[in-house]
Amino acid sequence: MHPAFSVIFLTTLIGVGQGLYLALYTGQLYSVFKVLPVQDSAHFYALGSAMAVILLVAGLFSSFFHLGHPERAWRSAARWRTSWLSREVIVLPAFMGAVLVYGLIHYIGWNPVLFTFRDTFEIDLSLVVGAAASLLGFTLFLCTAMIYACIKMLQEWATPLTVVNYTLLGSASGFMLATAFAAWQGSELTEFFGGWAILMTVVAFVTRSASLIRNARIKHKSSLETAIGIRHARIEQKAQGFMAGSFNTREYFHGAPRHIFLLVKWAFLVLVFPAPLVLVSIGLGLQAVSLLIAAFLVQYLGLLVERWFFFAQANHPQNLYYQTVG
Amino acid sequence: MTQLALVIDLNVCVGCHACVTSCKEWNTSGTAGYMADMNPFSKDPTGTFFNRVQTFEVGSFPNTETVHFPKSCLHCEDPPCVPVCPTGASYKREEDGIVLVDYDKCIGCKYCSWACPYGVRELDEHQKVMKKCTLCVDRIYDESLPENERKPACVMACPTSARLFGDVNDPDSEAAQAIRERGGYQLMPEWGTRPANHYLPRRKTRITIHEDELIRADNPLNKERQLPMPDADDPTLDETTSW
Repeated sequence: MHPAFSVIFLTTLIGVGQGLYLALYTGQLYSVFKVLPVQDSAHFYALGSAMAVILLVAGLFSSFFHLGHPERAWRSAARWRTSWLSREVIVLPAFMGAVLVYGLIHYIGWNPVLFTFRDTFEIDLSLVVGAAASLLGFTLFLCTAMIYACIKMLQEWATPLTVVNYTLLGSASGFMLATAFAAWQGSELTEFFGGWAILMTVVAFVTRSASLIRNARIKHKSSLETAIGIRHARIEQKAQGFMAGSFNTREYFHGAPRHIFLLVKWAFLVLVFPAPLVLVSIGLGLQAVSLLIAAFLVQYLGLLVERWFFFAQANHPQNLYYQTVG
Repeated sequence: MTQLALVIDLNVCVGCHACVTSCKEWNTSGTAGYMADMNPFSKDPTGTFFNRVQTFEVGSFPNTETVHFPKSCLHCEDPPCVPVCPTGASYKREEDGIVLVDYDKCIGCKYCSWACPYGVRELDEHQKVMKKCTLCVDRIYDESLPENERKPACVMACPTSARLFGDVNDPDSEAAQAIRERGGYQLMPEWGTRPANHYLPRRKTRITIHEDELIRADNPLNKERQLPMPDADDPTLDETTSW
């Protein structure tokens, strides 16, 4: 497939936004159960939520560049019964709204205690709204990944690993940003977020490698024999029906030479996993905010490369019909 | 349930592209808007087409065969492009099974084209909506046309009658009979899309002759073989010579 930058930015930016929000909420949840210290509402949770919302809006904005008719985008909420894309279109604004409300509750400080659990743990309004937002956040990971995983013709994508990778890579980059944010705020949660970021990056390395191994061994169901329905071991295309390009030759071929394609794979394997792990470990050890910010930026850059590779690696069966110009 | 479709006979298709040009001519003139051609007279011309003819070579020299292969939307009975559409612009008509795109609802997200394994949907570069073969839905029901012209433009244009049009679910239709009696098959059956369009395979007319069939073993004239053979130049007379 031809990687579209609009979709690369959409999926990576909202992934960071979702991960950042999940990090904030995890921090708050731990503090309610008195495992971690309570953070300042306005400076920590509200500002963090604002950052998450900005990332989500940026992702949504980027997605409009993928559309031929962005002014009709509202129509895409119609077919949520059958289309994962439609479901994403509904869940993304819902999640954005929930994070916005969560941030506002913290910002205004109107956060009544709804009930007390075992007389010690106070469950306040932000915690309940935040739980709903977290659920929407995970649903959004599912919807985004299922857009790709549900197309069985694109066998490189049609695997549960796609959902696992989108969730883990988005969460890891979000926790990485949360680590830098907490360090910049001088919060005690820096190590907590950093630890989770390291753990998620390591697990994501395992699952992303698993999908690379799976895709390297993939056996494509379609062949020229099934494409034109003639059973013969040697079929060669002599003409595709036109000399210059068409939608079929532009949309489904990434066009990069083989060595660049392989270089991109190794680039993302380095940029997403070992490089930020080293940076974040040193950053946590030295308490260096700049290194933690660098860890996030390197990983995000790596994720852009990773997403490019994700699209480029998918081999569409229609390509069988466009092997030779003529 | 009616399912209109094309049945394409690969045995007689000569690869002349008449169906391609006729399709473009008819559909670019329709009320739904023209099929854009970008850079038509400069480098890298590109345009929207509903139908293409491709050419494949089967086998190794000298035993090769050239197969001309017209490809357009197959109007699947279980079309994968329809459920993925987020707006409902892509739909399959209940009454005749034609898969269509509502150009006023399409947002041009290209997701349907990803779901189609056959690559028969094209984003129009000018109108920015997804387009595909409509089976000439604006022709086949047009009562101002003579009845024998209420067929898709490609079918009308084909000089070798390689394209049959009809209801593949009606056992008595020409299309259904051709599929049944001449080995009609579907493309990429592995995806479970159940394409309505079928292809008729190439056929070889072969006659098997054994050695002993060339010489008539029980030829009664053999009894007369004792008679001297006349010279080739001599006239032949019945019962006088062996010939």
